[in-house]
Amino acid sequence: MRLKLKIWRQPAAHAKGEMRDYDLDGVSPDMSFLEMLDVLNERLTEQGEDPVAFDHDCREGICGSCDLMINGEAHGPEVTTTCQLHMRSFRDGQEIVIEPWRSDAFPVIKDLVVDRSAFDRIIAAGGYVSVNTGAAPDAHATPVPQEDAARAFNVATCIGCGACVAACPNGSASLFLGAKITHLGALPQGQPERDERVVNMVAQHDAEGFGGCTNIGACTNSCPKEIPLDVISQLNKDLRTAMRHGH
Amino acid sequence: MTDTLSPESGLERSDAAGYFTPGEPIRDAKAPAGPISEKWTKRRFEARLVNPANRRKLSVIIVGTGLAGGAAAATLGEAGYQVKSFCYQDSPRRAHSIAAQGGINAAKNYKADGDSVERLFYDTVKGGDYRSREANVYRLAEESVNIIDQCVAQGVPFAREYGGLLDNRSFGGVQVSRTFYARGQTGQQLLLGAYQALERQVAAGTVTTYTKHEMLELIVADGRTRGIIARNLVTGEIETHLADVVVLASGGYGNVFFLSTNAMGSNVTATWRAHRKGAYMANPCYTQIHPTCIPVSGEHQSKLTLMSESLRNDGRIWVPKRAEDCTKDPREIPEEDRDYYLERIYPSFGNLVPRDIASRQAKNVCDEGRGVGPMVGDFRRGVYLDFSDAIERMGRAAVEEKYGNLFDMYARITGEDPYEVPMRIYPAVHYVMGGLWVDYDLESNLKGLFVTGEANFSDHGANRLGASALMQGLADGYFVLPNTIRDYLADGPFEKIDESHPAVVEARRSVEERIEKFLSINGTRSVDSFHRELGHIMWEYCGMERSEEGLRKAIDMIRELKREFWSNLRVLGTADSLNQSLEKAGRVADFIELGELMCIDALNRRESCGGHFRAESQTEDGEALRDDANFAYVAAWEWGGEDGQPVLHKEDLVYEAIEMKQRSYK
Ligand SMILES: Cc1cc2nc3c(=O)[nH]c(=O)nc-3n(C[C@H](O)[C@H](O)[C@H](O)COP(=O)(O)OP(=O)(O)OC[C@H]3O[C@@H](n4cnc5c(N)ncnc54)[C@H](O)[C@@H]3O)c2cc1C
Ligand code: SF4
Ligand code: FES
Repeated sequence: MRLKLKIWRQPAAHAKGEMRDYDLDGVSPDMSFLEMLDVLNERLTEQGEDPVAFDHDCREGICGSCDLMINGEAHGPEVTTTCQLHMRSFRDGQEIVIEPWRSDAFPVIKDLVVDRSAFDRIIAAGGYVSVNTGAAPDAHATPVPQEDAARAFNVATCIGCGACVAACPNGSASLFLGAKITHLGALPQGQPERDERVVNMVAQHDAEGFGGCTNIGACTNSCPKEIPLDVISQLNKDLRTAMRHGH
Repeated sequence: MTDTLSPESGLERSDAAGYFTPGEPIRDAKAPAGPISEKWTKRRFEARLVNPANRRKLSVIIVGTGLAGGAAAATLGEAGYQVKSFCYQDSPRRAHSIAAQGGINAAKNYKADGDSVERLFYDTVKGGDYRSREANVYRLAEESVNIIDQCVAQGVPFAREYGGLLDNRSFGGVQVSRTFYARGQTGQQLLLGAYQALERQVAAGTVTTYTKHEMLELIVADGRTRGIIARNLVTGEIETHLADVVVLASGGYGNVFFLSTNAMGSNVTATWRAHRKGAYMANPCYTQIHPTCIPVSGEHQSKLTLMSESLRNDGRIWVPKRAEDCTKDPREIPEEDRDYYLERIYPSFGNLVPRDIASRQAKNVCDEGRGVGPMVGDFRRGVYLDFSDAIERMGRAAVEEKYGNLFDMYARITGEDPYEVPMRIYPAVHYVMGGLWVDYDLESNLKGLFVTGEANFSDHGANRLGASALMQGLADGYFVLPNTIRDYLADGPFEKIDESHPAVVEARRSVEERIEKFLSINGTRSVDSFHRELGHIMWEYCGMERSEEGLRKAIDMIRELKREFWSNLRVLGTADSLNQSLEKAGRVADFIELGELMCIDALNRRESCGGHFRAESQTEDGEALRDDANFAYVAAWEWGGEDGQPVLHKEDLVYEAIEMKQRSYK
């Protein structure tokens, strides 16, 4: 395949960025999108041009590192991560525009790499169960109904990639936040800190500069793990309950 | 002493004579004396305490935020020590542990099918082909029980049965159901548990995280390990971090093969830099090859994807009986023309034989010309993993429920529908059992350098059963290290050192010079091209099957590659910004040196055990033949200097609780 690539190049955080054009041929449909970029980078290196920086690690769709806007869509045209997107999803001769995640809360570091540390700070604000190591009761002491366990699991699969934020016109991280709130809220272990958790995490979310949710749904449509929109309802419900309880 | 083995130094005939220098044996691995079931209790009791007020004054550096490092940082932070945690990714949650699929073992006996600490211990020692340290494995089995409790309390959503109790499944090589799992994403859920516990400590102010930081050198001052030199990958700044103790939890080095199931950034740099500073590298050639990976499809492949081995519980593995059927649509090959080779050769374990056996047999049938899938080189490298019987027996819905995400992943990568056409699998490098040598306390031979998780030479020896790496990572991180490190820290805080200490100055300078060197070679070849070539050599000659001739050849090739690397590398860009080629250059430079040592280690070990198959050592029917008389030892290699030879220290493996037997799964 032969492709026309338009890629955002920005040498450093505070440098000016620009879109640059690259023609790339010899791409096979079996390559992943990132392997296609590897090939481009090999060529750039040969030609003496700085290779394109992009984030990635597992290349298995699970670590959440990869994060590209492809033709205006977070992770591209399929419901998956960029590393699991294959070139067979594109046509020979197609133009592909590649940009970094767009969000004020995710500043660009270089080229396509952005800083997503805001997510860690949201988790630090309460996205955990406070249990000290070695102090746990036997795992069978509290049975968990299978339905609740399944609900918890399904939303715990969030990989923290940030596609939901990149896709959202408001730049809200409510899907990410709602996924963690719902995960821990579905389990008996998560109950004691439930009110405090939601209040603190929402406060941190807002402090990081993420926008508010207006129920557009772009987040869930571009989420590679198909986290459902109802986690945001759960988030709002938990927040209301916590406020009623005087938090 | 540069000469080879003296005649009286051992009975073995050393294939690696001329490549190494014999050194002093390791006489004491510090496991307490007494019955095996009491050793750990005794050690825990004897390890000195640090009072809570003093803990605040003690600082710990932990490199790595996977299961081993994340769990340790959370636990030590919680205990009140000052912890600095490092990882090269942008968040601790992205450590490679996140990718583990299948599950984690624990001797809970929740299925009442006869499991116990003793049985998990026995299975693991046997699965490790009697090349692990008995006392460590026993402790691992003991602690496995606590891991599950800990993770459930954190909110890890393990699979459950209708009654609300935890579900289990059985995993390759064992006959009891002791594997806990969270669909095909067990590693992710366990790591998120540890990560959340870690972030809780960040909020509490006991742990500081340094993300996008790469450790590039170890600082050993006045006989103790006191810190690291790290590069801030965003700004390029070279930073010095000092502490009372250093823990490496930096994962495995399977990426030395270039193509592997490891995350792209997984590297050996942290441990190799420590090795060059004097830490012994143990059993480097012990590689685990995983039997159920998606086969290579083409030349530009950057990594291989594993499919959980749990698939072997219901899928049946076969190839056509006749080579001429290999290009046919598998659905058109009748039952009588299929060779279910594992069920045929190993009737009692069938498709559930241990990984090394499943892998090697797959290679054998492909080498015979009965492989399936696309031609790669002159071979078809693939065998079928067929779910048609399972779909008939359980129904498509049940198969979907159990394995749906794996089937989707397969379909996405190959473009084929596994519900319709049998999947194709082939073995791939997956996990390494070698790593820095540690004693019973997880301390290396360098004072104050502790090593946990995949980065240490592991408790498991030559071959590794599934679902035990996660168990080791968490046991080390939550329960073992926090107990043993306090004995070391009881002597601290150690004398303050600062950036002007000669050891710090030297470490910093060497990092800066190296970076400068990479950027100034200005040759013609990219880092990736060297990495690919190294991987090719390693897989061909130090992969699933190794021979004396091949290994000698590989060593020459690697030495040549190293010369070319240092004279013809091209790294563009600068040192004072994000520069991913520069990061890779440092990792590949270390992989090249490691590769040579792996080959020397493999050459020295003229026996087959588990994942290490030496062509010269097999039974009449082609099974791995161990040589306990000559090789029941851990090979701990000391860096011999830039132009010197590595020095071999042996730790004899003594089995008191278990009798060494030839492993048989027939
Ligand atoms: C695809 C796959 C599936 C697996 N499935 C299973 C399974 O089902 N069951 C099982 O038991 N095991 C499984 N394993 C093995 C298991 O996942 C690993 O052995 C284990 O997770 C390793 O954990 P760790 O904490 O030692 O290291 P890792 O999780 O590899 O963490 C390494 C950490 O070190 C950091 N690091 C590395 N080098 C540096 C450096 N120089 N400077 C700074 N930071 C550094 C990284 O950033 C990372 O945080 C699987 C492995 C793979 C590849
Ligand atoms: S909710 Fe989905 S899109 Fe958002 S961070 Fe999680 S996995 Fe990514
Ligand atoms: S690289 Fe890990 S999810 Fe894409």
